[in-house]
Amino acid sequence: MIEAVGLTKRYGDKTAVHNLSFQVRPGAVTGFLGPNGSGKSTTMRMILGLDNPTSGRVTIGGYPYRKLPNAPRHVGALLDAKAVHGGRAARNHLLSLAQLSGIPARRVDEVLGVVGLQDVAGKRSKGFSLGMGQRLGIAAALLGDPQVLLFDEPVNGLDPEGILWVRNLMKSLAAEGRTVFVSSHLMSEMALTADHLIVIGRGQLLADMSVKDFISANSADFARVRTPDTEPQQREKLTAALTDAGGHVLPEQDGALRVTGLPLPRISEIAHDTDVRLWELSPHQASLEEAYMRMTQGAVDYRSTIDQKAGLMQPLPPGVQPPMPVPGQGQPDWYAPPPPQQGGQAFTTPGQQQAGPYAAPAAPPAGQQPNPYAQPAPQDRAPAAADVPASPAATQSEDAR
Amino acid sequence: MIELEGLTKRYGEKLAVNNLTFTVRPGLITGFLGPNGAGKSTTMRMVLGLDHPTRGDVRIDGRHYDRLKDPLKYVGALLDAKAVHGGRTALNHLLCLAQSNGIARSRVHEVLDTVGLTSVARKKTKGFSLGMGQRLGIAAALLGDPRILMFDEPVNGLDPEGIHWIRTLMKSLAAQGRTVFVSSHLMSEMALTADHLVVIGQGRLLADTSMAEFIRQNARSYVRIRTPQREQLLDVLHEAGVTVVESGSGALEVDGDKAELIGELAARHRIVLHELSTQQASLEEAFMQLTAQVVEYHAHTDTLVDTWSRQVPRREWGADWKKGS
Amino acid sequence: MAATQVIRSEWTKIRSVASTVWTLSLALVVTVALGMLISALTRSEFDRMGPAAQVSLDPTYTSFAGMSLGQLAVIVFGVLVVSNEYSTGMIRTSLAAVPQRGAFMFGKIAVAAALALVVGMVTSFLSFFLGQAMLGPHRAWIGDPGVLRAVIGGGLYMTLIAMFSMGVAAMLRSPMLSLGILMPFFFLISNILGNVSATKKIGRFLPDQAGSKIMQVLPRAGDDTPYGPWGGLGIMALWVVAALIGGYVLLKRRDA
Repeated sequence: MIEAVGLTKRYGDKTAVHNLSFQVRPGAVTGFLGPNGSGKSTTMRMILGLDNPTSGRVTIGGYPYRKLPNAPRHVGALLDAKAVHGGRAARNHLLSLAQLSGIPARRVDEVLGVVGLQDVAGKRSKGFSLGMGQRLGIAAALLGDPQVLLFDEPVNGLDPEGILWVRNLMKSLAAEGRTVFVSSHLMSEMALTADHLIVIGRGQLLADMSVKDFISANSADFARVRTPDTEPQQREKLTAALTDAGGHVLPEQDGALRVTGLPLPRISEIAHDTDVRLWELSPHQASLEEAYMRMTQGAVDYRSTIDQKAGLMQPLPPGVQPPMPVPGQGQPDWYAPPPPQQGGQAFTTPGQQQAGPYAAPAAPPAGQQPNPYAQPAPQDRAPAAADVPASPAATQSEDAR
Repeated sequence: MIELEGLTKRYGEKLAVNNLTFTVRPGLITGFLGPNGAGKSTTMRMVLGLDHPTRGDVRIDGRHYDRLKDPLKYVGALLDAKAVHGGRTALNHLLCLAQSNGIARSRVHEVLDTVGLTSVARKKTKGFSLGMGQRLGIAAALLGDPRILMFDEPVNGLDPEGIHWIRTLMKSLAAQGRTVFVSSHLMSEMALTADHLVVIGQGRLLADTSMAEFIRQNARSYVRIRTPQREQLLDVLHEAGVTVVESGSGALEVDGDKAELIGELAARHRIVLHELSTQQASLEEAFMQLTAQVVEYHAHTDTLVDTWSRQVPRREWGADWKKGS
Repeated sequence: MAATQVIRSEWTKIRSVASTVWTLSLALVVTVALGMLISALTRSEFDRMGPAAQVSLDPTYTSFAGMSLGQLAVIVFGVLVVSNEYSTGMIRTSLAAVPQRGAFMFGKIAVAAALALVVGMVTSFLSFFLGQAMLGPHRAWIGDPGVLRAVIGGGLYMTLIAMFSMGVAAMLRSPMLSLGILMPFFFLISNILGNVSATKKIGRFLPDQAGSKIMQVLPRAGDDTPYGPWGGLGIMALWVVAALIGGYVLLKRRDA
């Protein structure tokens, strides 16, 4: 159990972390999210006693890290995989850590086996790939068989197999009753791994709740409805009927309808009453990413803008759909300009109303609700990811649905 | 358009890339997948003429890379975000690239703005975070406003805002009719980004299909149905010869992509459906299925996962020395 | 690929890194300052020197005494210009922008050599005038026979040293390896070979020894060197050409 109470860290004028209070409980994977510069790393460093809080405190099992008797046996951390002496062999690196806290050498070979580095144990770590370095860092974290584990961006540099492995590792560590605290920028990965979320922005706590609650609290569920492709009049009929019944209907790119404000059985009844056949009627929840983006808007440091290409193209009047590209070899202006900006409001800070950099360019033009993520694919696939029976995530799939 | 024909690269005994033939088409985002060591980076380097193929050919719009005049105007690539001189400012880094291809200085400022680095343009790049370095690399790729873009692990080090931005950027580039070729290890990210997939393993081509087709071929998908007229629907489906499984939560499941058929059957028999949704397998699963046989360290990694799962009940890990402490 | 584009690009590259400024300014300061120091010492020691030494004193060459140390900074400059591309990984970005490897390499070398030539000439003329000022009554004049040739030769010598280093660095790629070979070579091995009589005949065909002949106005006593000042510079230029061809061939063949 990690507990922060009124945790604050100031660097000169800048408050990196402001009055953070949260608990990370055992038996669950807790995700730690926030934009770059939001204070995640500072918080992790304070948990590990590397930085001193300006005020407040953070404890592990009731003790500040530095007062923990033999801390490596209680807490394992992967902060920066590159924080290894490159000239030292992987095994010697772990051995020196083990000796510091009285862990037998046998355990070093155990963890090397667990992370799959036994074959390169004698090699110097400077020849390691990012993924191998990451595995070595994970080995170091597991060394003392600790009850509390902290991972900062653990899948960085790993290949798909490695990512799957880390995900399963963290889940099994939590299933054993350990406290697992993971920071990551990969929302889709977090959605598959974490049970609980702590979200910070500009050093302040934005959310502390389960993944499921977080998504429902920060986004709207909707239903996807598809009528026979062959009969467009059915679609219009249904759209009218659903709107009359108080639903909100948006067309999607593939011809389906996105319906909000009506429960699935009600949509079904309406379709039945109006004699419209359904080819699809599926419940959808927004992705974790969408929910996260809504919550952290405005708490971002480096902001991209749309590529204006001034002088390289002729601008179209606002509201005009970008035409299909007309290839004209060698001409720098042969392509269509970026679409008119819309839907970007969610990300522009108050004083800075320039571009709509995040407007999904493939989304239908103006007149739509300003949802920059209004693309069918994400919502389609993110929940489905946890849905396949063979998947280790199968136990979670009901939640994801 | 990028065309590979029988592309082969041998390092000593080892075939890094083995007789690859495929075409990366414009107007789409083509994902380039493969386990570590599959030859993805080598292939991308050969496209850019950085590595010489042992055999075979790779052409950009019909021409070899080194025959292109001002190649940055044809192909923009992000291969390794750290491939910059740390002592040079972001502005100068882009400026020297722009000048080498006769690109106007104003374009440098434009791309810096596009990637959101204007405020640090005059800072030396060695102070950049991984995410900022990545943005600089993307700026360099966009510099010549090229019709072909290649990105190797573009989201590496970016925060969620940055990840969302680069995904949107790639989609808009493809929507403008450009060729976008992107490699990544993040299957869940790829699933959101790519339209088409090229998968290689141990240097050989394993798949070159659309995303939907790839998932359909390599993993199970099924239709989930909920209805208040359960018995009636079961009868109707049985008559039509459709196999139905009952799932735990009271829903029915039908293997394959039969949502339309079921919808028609239900309408014909006036059965009310409360849910009719196709559940697709994840890209990750499909990928794992396909590459299972060819992952270089597969056996090795597998035992590693196995060791772990076998050891899950092993609370006694280090129990002996724990007692002693 | 217009050559002017590559040259402009390489100029931006070279002027935007700190190592260019400090290696070249170090070369200038060290060469001039050491030349002045040796010249001043020579003046104060002149009366105690033997008559033979007094007669054979070459005031021009004396003011170039700092060159032996200053050239090390020029070597560092030449090595870093090329090998920085490799050590930072920039080479892949550069070659993607300029896939014609010959154009890339010779554009880079042309810009760096031109810069080295300017700095070398400034260094050489400053060394000469300030050194002569220190020598006082024993000084030479720029109009004296052979002196202008020696002073211009000093600038050319520095340029060729820089180019030789670039060629070697293009072959070896690693800055540490390149410096580890070039530094002892010019600072130790060349001196040793040149001072041991058995190897002297070989030693004087080494690039630095052959090239430095151009900075001498009065031949040393008992000098039986089989080439003149321009011949020496020619030998040095051959070394440079060999190093550059080696670097080019390897760059052309290798995977980046």
